[in-house]
Amino acid sequence: MERYYQQEIECMPHEKIKELQNERLLKQVRHAWENVPYYRAKMQEKNLTPDDIKSQDDLHKLPFLTKDDLRKAYPYGLMGKPVKDCVRIQSTSGTTGQRVVAFYTQHDLHIWETMCARAIVAAGGTNEDVVQVSYGYGLFTGGPGLNGGSHLVGSLTIPASSGNTDRQIMFIKDLSATILCCTPSYAAFIGERMKEMGMTPDDIPLKAGIFGAEAWSESMRQDIQKTMGIKAYDIYGLTELCGPGVSFECSDQHGMHINEDYFIAEIIDPKTGEVLPEGSLGELVFTTLDKEAFPLIRYRTRDICTLTYEPCPCGRTHVRMTKLKGRSDDMLIIRGVNVFPSQIETVLINQGYPANYQIIVDRVNNTDTLDVRVEMTPEMFTDNLGEVNKRQAKLVEGLRSMLGLTAKVTLVAPKTIVRSEGKAVRVIDNRKI
Amino acid sequence: MSVKQISVFLENKPGCLHEMTKVLADAKIDLRGLSLAETSEFGIVRLIVDDVLGTATVLKDAGFVSSLTDVIAVEVLNVPGGLNKVLEILHGEKINIEYMYAILGNKTSETAYMIFRVNDNSKATSALNNSGIKIMEQAEISAL
Repeated sequence: MERYYQQEIECMPHEKIKELQNERLLKQVRHAWENVPYYRAKMQEKNLTPDDIKSQDDLHKLPFLTKDDLRKAYPYGLMGKPVKDCVRIQSTSGTTGQRVVAFYTQHDLHIWETMCARAIVAAGGTNEDVVQVSYGYGLFTGGPGLNGGSHLVGSLTIPASSGNTDRQIMFIKDLSATILCCTPSYAAFIGERMKEMGMTPDDIPLKAGIFGAEAWSESMRQDIQKTMGIKAYDIYGLTELCGPGVSFECSDQHGMHINEDYFIAEIIDPKTGEVLPEGSLGELVFTTLDKEAFPLIRYRTRDICTLTYEPCPCGRTHVRMTKLKGRSDDMLIIRGVNVFPSQIETVLINQGYPANYQIIVDRVNNTDTLDVRVEMTPEMFTDNLGEVNKRQAKLVEGLRSMLGLTAKVTLVAPKTIVRSEGKAVRVIDNRKI
Repeated sequence: MSVKQISVFLENKPGCLHEMTKVLADAKIDLRGLSLAETSEFGIVRLIVDDVLGTATVLKDAGFVSSLTDVIAVEVLNVPGGLNKVLEILHGEKINIEYMYAILGNKTSETAYMIFRVNDNSKATSALNNSGIKIMEQAEISAL
């Protein structure tokens, strides 16, 4: 039976959710207008006042906020509450080169942890569970978010943080951890190490994993589920909005439910900014509804996905977003073709290679080159050079049909691609443009 | 009747081959034969050794990917036409040779040894046996 952390909210009829959103949106816009001069100026540029926003039907009139705004307003320019009311900051990992600092009041922390608690319960967590949080702790939101959510659920929480993989495995074994929270690439790494140590899924007490903070493919999910004998749930979030828990997967594992009592989600055309109809692939935009210290109106995430309001078998009514096709920051344009690392990952895993790979992009004689470095495995190796060449050619062909362009595949020795304990470094772009 | 060959994946970069031979040297593995097939990016080293299990273990522990293959070790007379005679027999049976290489001969050098990787081990073995060609066993290779 499906379990919920807050059934009355998570399964609220959608019209009711909309009413709640409308009510909260007006308050949030007024809060930003009154307390965030930076955003007020943006509204004034468009000749808008809070009175022009009567419901979410007017949302499209409001100006966007982008990562660039966050950088310009750094550090305190988008704060909605005085320092005396704030209790915490968190910061982005700076994967994309721009550090973002977000602020929280006690109330903001509570709603964030509530969303993480919903995610843990959706993954089957109860107060009987032992939850190992192997996301980094500190400025990164992964550790603190899931830690707080796990406390709300009442689970025994192991604040392992990331790193020291053998110790992670020792804790999982010795304390019989049942739920693991970390990045998917670290989960794959832990799984690989367990396999090396001779552990089979039966020796691993885990039943579920909550993996997020980077885009990962469906095939990588299948791979992790098989190696560890668990159900692997995706969780999504951004530091700017709170951290992990903005949306999360339920037992159905078809898309992540966005916590619509706290956010309004839109999909826009990243080029024109125009709002796209349900089911379109585009850039995800969020408006916070109940944030005190860091209210963000129409914040452009640069993440590419689609939304669906179709009823979910789990009973939750909140809108679902698909697995990220990629961060638009991750998207590579190679010879004019859009390429997401997750597409390359899918091809590799489908052909039996590990999810450890590296993509090297360069420009030679004004032409982009794409080199996918893949580690050789005992399963894929044979004494016959022709056969190895054939398997390599099959990878090239698989990539060509997935991406629509020819990539070079380089087979490298095992363990030569650096393993990550946090977000994986998948792409090395050597192009000087 | 066949012997075990160990094939090892190596990147085609300076130092890779040496890294492997060092692992074997440290484990006091005695090489009987070696052949290298390479592309511009990677290579496959095929080894015939005195201690198959020991070699497979130290290579795995050192992080190399390797595989075991059954190959045939054939005694070839160390005279003009010696190899040709063996190939004639295999050709007569329409056996395909995927690759072959020579390994160390014995001290008197009256005979040499060739390793054959063919598409049908048992057919090749019986054809050669019937023609009076000697096929080496694992223990004999280790004792060379």
